[in-house]
Amino acid sequence: MARMDFEVVVLAGGTSRKLNPLVSQEVPKALLPVANRPVLSYVLELLEASNLKDLIVVVEGEDAALRIGGWISGAYVDRLHVEVAAVPEGVGTAGALRAVASYLTANDVLIVSGDLVTDVPPGAVAATHRRHSAVVTALLCPAPVSGPSDTGTSGGKEKAKKPVRCNIVGLDPTRQYLLHMATGWVEVEKDIRVQKSILRAVGQIEIRVDLMDAHMYAFKRSVLQDILDQKDKFHSIRQDILPYLIRTQLNSEVSDNGVIKSESGMDNISSQNDLRWLSQHREIAPSAFQEPHAFGLKSLPDARRTHKCCVYIANESKYCARLNSIQAYSDINRDVVGEASHLSGYSFSAQNNIIHPSAELGSKTTVGPQCMLAEGSKLGDKCSVKRSVIGRHCRIGSNVKIVNSIVMNHVTIEDGCSIQGSVVCSNVQLQERVVLKDCQVGAGYVVTTGGEHKSESLARK
Amino acid sequence: MAQKRGQRGASSSADDPEVVARVPLQAVLLADSFNLMFRPITLERPKVLLPLVNVPMIEYTLAWLESVGVEEVFVFCCAHSQQVKQYLNQSEWTKPLARLSVTTIESHDAISAGDALRVIYEKSVIRGDFVLISGDTVSNMSLAQALHEHKERRKKDPLAIMTMIIKHSKPSNVTHQTRLGTDEVIMAFDPETKELLFYEDKADPSQRVISLDKILLADSPALYMHNDKQDCYIDICSPEVLSLFMDNFDYQHLRRHFIKGLLIDDIMGYKIFTYEIHSSYAARIDNFRSYGTVSKDIMQSWTYPLVPNVKYFGCCSNMKLDRQGVFKALDVVQSRSAQIGAVTLVGSGSTIGDHSVISHSVIGQECTIGRNVSIHGCYIWNNVIIEDDCKLNHAIVCDGVHLRTGVVLEPGVILSFKVEVGQQITIPAYSKVSLLPQPSIQDSDEELEYADTNSGVIESPSITSMISTRNAELSSDYSVTENSGLSEVGISGVGYIWCSYEGGNDEEWRHSVAPIPASKLAELSHDDYEDPDVSYQEVNSTPVSGEMRPDSEITGDDDADGTDYGDSADFDKEVEATFQRALTGVNQENVILEINSLRLSCNKSHADCAGALFLSVIKLGLEAPHSSNGELYQNTAKEINRWKDILKHYLKSVDEEIEIILKFEEICLEIATEFSPLFSTILSSLYEKDILSEDAILSWASEKEGADESDKIFVKQSERFITWLKEASEEDDEDD
Repeated sequence: MARMDFEVVVLAGGTSRKLNPLVSQEVPKALLPVANRPVLSYVLELLEASNLKDLIVVVEGEDAALRIGGWISGAYVDRLHVEVAAVPEGVGTAGALRAVASYLTANDVLIVSGDLVTDVPPGAVAATHRRHSAVVTALLCPAPVSGPSDTGTSGGKEKAKKPVRCNIVGLDPTRQYLLHMATGWVEVEKDIRVQKSILRAVGQIEIRVDLMDAHMYAFKRSVLQDILDQKDKFHSIRQDILPYLIRTQLNSEVSDNGVIKSESGMDNISSQNDLRWLSQHREIAPSAFQEPHAFGLKSLPDARRTHKCCVYIANESKYCARLNSIQAYSDINRDVVGEASHLSGYSFSAQNNIIHPSAELGSKTTVGPQCMLAEGSKLGDKCSVKRSVIGRHCRIGSNVKIVNSIVMNHVTIEDGCSIQGSVVCSNVQLQERVVLKDCQVGAGYVVTTGGEHKSESLARK
Repeated sequence: MAQKRGQRGASSSADDPEVVARVPLQAVLLADSFNLMFRPITLERPKVLLPLVNVPMIEYTLAWLESVGVEEVFVFCCAHSQQVKQYLNQSEWTKPLARLSVTTIESHDAISAGDALRVIYEKSVIRGDFVLISGDTVSNMSLAQALHEHKERRKKDPLAIMTMIIKHSKPSNVTHQTRLGTDEVIMAFDPETKELLFYEDKADPSQRVISLDKILLADSPALYMHNDKQDCYIDICSPEVLSLFMDNFDYQHLRRHFIKGLLIDDIMGYKIFTYEIHSSYAARIDNFRSYGTVSKDIMQSWTYPLVPNVKYFGCCSNMKLDRQGVFKALDVVQSRSAQIGAVTLVGSGSTIGDHSVISHSVIGQECTIGRNVSIHGCYIWNNVIIEDDCKLNHAIVCDGVHLRTGVVLEPGVILSFKVEVGQQITIPAYSKVSLLPQPSIQDSDEELEYADTNSGVIESPSITSMISTRNAELSSDYSVTENSGLSEVGISGVGYIWCSYEGGNDEEWRHSVAPIPASKLAELSHDDYEDPDVSYQEVNSTPVSGEMRPDSEITGDDDADGTDYGDSADFDKEVEATFQRALTGVNQENVILEINSLRLSCNKSHADCAGALFLSVIKLGLEAPHSSNGELYQNTAKEINRWKDILKHYLKSVDEEIEIILKFEEICLEIATEFSPLFSTILSSLYEKDILSEDAILSWASEKEGADESDKIFVKQSERFITWLKEASEEDDEDD
């Protein structure tokens, strides 16, 4: 905090409709368990590791804010200094920021989405931001291969084989500057519309569709505050604020503001220096052509202002995913106990799984690799668990098969059930011989004996 | 020479040894630029024969073709073909010893590169891959690697029919043109394969965004967009290219039609690839600015070995390279007090008088330069006489020009052949002076080549006598104009000052040899500075991608509707226009044919055609003079009667008839409200004339039953008619 002079805002959201029936009043999105830890803890611990300990967590909805605040103060009492702010539901990410913007004082603000599960150090993003003295720096990471599809709740069915296209990103040849960004799947499906003036300034734009906006941004605080003030229609960071900054980067309106000039010297960059940032990659043509050109620009009373939008592109080896769909939820759970196991914070056994010492396993019951079994859960005889996460204090009978699934806390599963590719929320009861395939079962639901369900979303009305 | 042989050896060894019957590498050289950039000079001499640093341009192209191992060259000539042929016949290239076989192909009705390639296709002389180049290209690149890549690709993918050579060149941010004076080109490539995905050389300056089709990114995760690549206009083509020009008889321009056509067409799936050269040189002389730029590059040896002091061209005399890049023929007579500055070439037999200063210029052969002359950045061709105290700045002065004492040429002046300028005359900037009068604007159709009838005179071999008589005429002309105080090039001057084409004067500076004036640059960059506000406004009103508002899906739908509507309105207009032609006596059959082709090209149904036609017919009725509804009805009924055959052609089924009724409703409500009181009358007359069947009318009426009250105005109006119809049909049933 003092080291970087960065303030951190975590946008924890509320109860996302996309994640029904997994989320509820009791379990807002930020508290959804990923490998038996609330998803928000991944972000908080990541920030802690970068020594960013002064945080503002913005939550949509009073109830959710209370729950999240309660959990944070319990879990991080001595470790982090967190203020939880509640905003009304549906204000959007920009609205959430607007609510807390006046409390911000540091030069730069790091904004992280609370549903991010990653091992990319936020410090790296912050450092890139500082190095370029950019107005905004966005973290981009390779798009997940079978990962979050924005298409909605029927996740499993529409599981795409190729990388999901979340964004269309335009980069300069050095891959440091963000020149174009299209977000959201409506936009991504349209034709690509690149601003000519930006192409002219750089000469070459690399258009990529295999990168994902990870929703971790570093903003220059004064610029962010101005935009929030002046553009009161802006609703979302990724759909309004970021595109606005990218679009106007060659004709900046933000640094025009007197407030910025007087407050921080860093923003008051001389326009001449500023103009060169994009031209630094240009080759000088072997002609006299360039000279009158330069002359032409200098003769202007005031050249136009520019600002920089930068990117930090995460290495291929880094893990980065956002919990924004049910598909993503399953994927992240699988990855955190699987290939990205270093994120879970647990130590794995020789069988490459985690079984809490207090868990009880019946005879001939097997728990395969990449599984997790939390404290107090009991399994009967002849059960088989593969690539699944089972929460605390679950009662599981005999002859139960659990594959590729997530079972949350206090779930009762009776004999002979078979669960595949499903998510079973807390306090659910599955009676005997229930068969679930690619289902989501909401908290407290009871599936009656012998029920067979496929690709369904089951929840209490 | 040894080097040439070396290069050639290398490229032939790169040829695939597996190819059993080795096809010699062929080239098509277009000795016609198919544009008017070099007017007025090209009225008298073809562009490829214009001297570039004292050597005709075509020499550079042919020398390069020879050096890269091309064995057969087909020179396509069109304008001034006699001159080109005559030149080639006298040149080294057609001597028996030449390693390059040069064949000329002549056509006089070609008006574009597309036509030229069609002519070449018909000759069926191209047997394999060939190099397509125009005769004004200077290059020293080695083709071996590009050719190898092209052939390898062809083996794997027969659809890869072309490899384009490109080179890095950043256009100016202010003028948006390259140092060659050409407009910026926006290209997109696949980063891995270098396949060309997008090409736009005439970007609409009012458009602030470039739109790339999303399909381009369907298969690959990334693409590169460039505006810093220059198209060298050197293409390695497969024979399919020629047949494509044959198939698409409307392809004219190599880039604007052919390349773009291929990129858009995803049915055939032909692919174009690019090959980027880095250290070697390639440039096409497209306009006066590139003429100047390339001349300087040649003198600065960027084009080595195609430079003045290497004995590359047979005609080259002994050139000596002094300090500061000054080339001087050995027999130049130079006064001691004359200064020849940097990057200048003086051809043999020229004399330079006392105290004259020359820099950054090319002086041709047998030129006479007087005393106290200053020449800067000029291209002076052969046998030019410049008398004392002249000041020349960034001008092109053609053969045989005579400048008398004290003439001043302001930047960008072009003096064509044998122009004479009288004493103490100042020729204003960007003027073009020629002995030939400027063709009227009608001739200067963009695609039309160098001149028309005028050039016929010039092509005749006995130029001198012709010109002298012309001179006499012109001089007398001038005596007349002088009297009226309109002397264009001064007393004892000969020539017309051309005015620029349709207001093109503002853009003259873009393509001139003169450097862009600082004031222009300041103005432009100021404009540029102003622009973004506009762009921002625009962008705000129509969100650029990346800007998705919560309601964007709705707006998106709106947009779609909008374009749809526009489409159908356009279609209606097109049909109407076709129909109007029918009025002027075109056969009805042909009208049907034309409308059918319109229908196919606009992807419309028969019903749309019927609707559009009906609209046109109705409009005819409306246009005829009328004072009352009764007259209007009579006019309309007459027109309907007249055109019912065409209408019926499109009324194959009840659906289409209903479409007509709906269209008629729309007309009455929106387009020509005059008809609304007449709806039912016209409807019944349509029925009487067997244009509409009762089934159609009845089903229209029943369809409308559920509609809003507002939609039912016309049903109500026609109620009586409909009831009558119903009864009639019932009666019919009873009869059965």
